[in-house]
Amino acid sequence: MSETSPESSPRQLAADARDRVRFEEEALQLSDQVYQVARRLAGSREEAEDLVQETYARAFRAWRSFEPGTNLRAWLFRILTNLNIDRGRRVQRSPDMQPLEETDYFLYNKLEESTSDANTDERRVVERLSQNDAVAALADLPHDFRDVVLLVDLADFTYSDAAQILDIPIGTVMSRLHRGRRILKRSLAESAVEDGG
Amino acid sequence: MSYFGIDPCEKCEQMMQPYLDRVLTEEERVEAEEHLDQCSYCRKRYRFEEEFRQFVRLAATEPMPPELKEKLRALRTPL
Repeated sequence: MSETSPESSPRQLAADARDRVRFEEEALQLSDQVYQVARRLAGSREEAEDLVQETYARAFRAWRSFEPGTNLRAWLFRILTNLNIDRGRRVQRSPDMQPLEETDYFLYNKLEESTSDANTDERRVVERLSQNDAVAALADLPHDFRDVVLLVDLADFTYSDAAQILDIPIGTVMSRLHRGRRILKRSLAESAVEDGG
Repeated sequence: MSYFGIDPCEKCEQMMQPYLDRVLTEEERVEAEEHLDQCSYCRKRYRFEEEFRQFVRLAATEPMPPELKEKLRALRTPL
């Protein structure tokens, strides 16, 4: 997209305005998805709303730097996660680097061993988990892991998109995702046991 | 990623997340599915993992406040 100048012709100005309106409309259509992730990145609804508004204000200001035909959703999420990282650095805790003993089947095994019915349907096993505990467990994830878990498991980005959004190697996406999911399961297993299984 | 030399269920467990993420190679995918077809222990856990992902997604989803949508529309550049 070419920059308009005072000498731009009326036709150029009109084309520019059309491109901008199209860009803004397309970006707004993605706002529900941006909000979903922002809500889980932020500690409160108010903070999430501020984060989304900042994201869109910045996106609308920088619309010319978006290359048409590339992934607008990933472009918006990159702004969102960068803004959140800037904000989060003030409150970031040290990442959880303790070794994780739990394996992938850990949560299921834990839930199954605390039930009296050996033939329980898997759906019923999941129903024993609390949605509030899941939200709390996501909030408690170390931020680097949570960013990746939210982008892949909530926003459905590929590993490669998540790597580009967060500007980290794909191998780091995979290891953070792996670890983040396990920490999430460990927290939920602990909550389920505390809640009486 | 090498899955050689370990118990088939342990191997299946290691492949579970990449399988659900659809990032296994064709060969690995076939191997995982063959194991899942014949192993009820892993099949149960596979179904649980699928359900668990849906559960987390549902738990994490909160509708966007309608007034926020209006605020975002107001951020558009005036014509």
